[in-house]
Amino acid sequence: MLNLKGLNKVFNRNTVDEKIALAEINLSLQPGDFVTIIGSNGAGKSTLMNIVSGVYEPDLGTVEIDGKVVNDLSEHKRAPMIGRVFQDPMAGTAPTMTIEENLAMAFARDKRRSLMRGVSKKRKEMFREYVTSLHLGLENRLTAKVGLLSGGERQALSLLMATFTKPKVLLLDEHTAALDPARAQVITDLTREIVERDKLTTLMVTHNMQQALDLGNRLIMMDKGRIILDVPPEKKQGLTVEQLLEEFARIKGEKLDNDRVMLA
Amino acid sequence: MLSAMTGAVEAGIIFALMALGVYLTFRILDLPDLTVDGSFTSGGALAAVMIANGYSPLLSTVAAILLGCVVGSVTGLLHTKGKINALLAGILSMIALYSINLRIMGRANVPLLGDDTLITQITDFGSFLGDASLLVIILIVVIAIKLIIDWFLDTEIGLALRATGDNEKMIRSFAANTDNTKILGLALSNGLVALSGALWAQYQGFADVNMGIGMIVIGLASVIIGEAIFGHKTVRRATLAVVGGAIIYRVIVALALRVGLDPSDMKLITALIVILALVMPKMISGLKEKRERAVRRKRALTASGTAGGGQHVES
Repeated sequence: MLNLKGLNKVFNRNTVDEKIALAEINLSLQPGDFVTIIGSNGAGKSTLMNIVSGVYEPDLGTVEIDGKVVNDLSEHKRAPMIGRVFQDPMAGTAPTMTIEENLAMAFARDKRRSLMRGVSKKRKEMFREYVTSLHLGLENRLTAKVGLLSGGERQALSLLMATFTKPKVLLLDEHTAALDPARAQVITDLTREIVERDKLTTLMVTHNMQQALDLGNRLIMMDKGRIILDVPPEKKQGLTVEQLLEEFARIKGEKLDNDRVMLA
Repeated sequence: MLSAMTGAVEAGIIFALMALGVYLTFRILDLPDLTVDGSFTSGGALAAVMIANGYSPLLSTVAAILLGCVVGSVTGLLHTKGKINALLAGILSMIALYSINLRIMGRANVPLLGDDTLITQITDFGSFLGDASLLVIILIVVIAIKLIIDWFLDTEIGLALRATGDNEKMIRSFAANTDNTKILGLALSNGLVALSGALWAQYQGFADVNMGIGMIVIGLASVIIGEAIFGHKTVRRATLAVVGGAIIYRVIVALALRVGLDPSDMKLITALIVILALVMPKMISGLKEKRERAVRRKRALTASGTAGGGQHVES
């Protein structure tokens, strides 16, 4: 469903600030795969998301969605195929517009926008039903402005909006990182529920190792623009945070040893 | 006095169209667009020249609207495709339009003495209404246009336009081309402004190359005054407020002239009105909060006094 081949991205090339964000990333997701990505700051996780969604163009390599190379498609042309939830709860919704208007915009994602009423009577019923699945009581506040919602509610709505039209690929960019633990758990559960129900092919970045282990069927660890660990579905079950940390230390250690050999 | 006020309200209704255009860019798209000073004149200039050359007033006015849309699109293209800062793009269009408007008119002033205009036609058509005929009919037209704008902003395209000014990143991730929504918004806005200019030229009986100077500030004044007085909770409410604000602005100007101020002072008065309208609401709410806090503190003090402990008690 999502196929990344030989992705490379360097920022500020040929300056002192040169930064290799991605180096030869190869990743292939089958339909329904839910991959969690962990890695320290600057590992290239967000760059990867931005390249998939079309915010950046890769220096080298191709992005293939549903068998189609999308490198030449700009962000908004790719958007019908890609759902995205950002870290900032403010980023995924329009604050001065109502809940139903926001949902109407999400609903129009994979259609040609027309001069039809965005929130018709018929659609309103559909929106109400859909929002009810959040169990947050938002169905009674459809005409409230989204800016009045709490961060957790806004993020739940963002998730709902991102998955409304069942995109080919769902990108979750640390989407629970800005929430308190209880809210984060609500959003995590909701994510699992929606992804399983709609069988969405999903790529999720997180700093929370436990969350990375709880969710999804495959885990990837990134460091300095490379994939340094790829845990397949059969091994991911039963894996603990301690084992993951050990593995990380081992890989890093090996690399350090290699560097020492080089310098010696 | 009454006829002077009727005139002020009529002028306000005509200016309301310009203010609605400013509202579209300034509030909905969150793009302050200075093209307005130029496109207002363009509308008036083209309509006046066409009418003076014998074209029907209606056709001339429609042509003025289209010219405004084209001018707005150019500003939009400069801003989106040319990546020029929105303010600068507007200023560039405005300055270029000064020359273009002179070209359209061929001289600095085109009089419409004795020509049939939309305004004279409306007055004749509504003669059964007496002196208020013009006022009533153009008010109906402007309200109709307001309703069309309300309807448009509720359509799928309209929602995308509003989201562009609200959260551009978000609406792009929902597959809207924000370059296009911005260009569309600027085109519609300047179409309205040019319509306002065309009607204004026909109302005052001439087009002048300087008739658009300061229009953007008058538009802003109308938007801000209207929102402060009538509120802006929903789009419907806000557009109605803008129409009301434009009329109130003209009435204030008429009153200022009546007390003996010179017409050349009007730009200063306008600037002062805008400054007041911007500063007052914040000052008032600040004062209110201060007073409420004082009351609360007093209450907390008396509460602790009766408790006898003299300790600080949270109320």
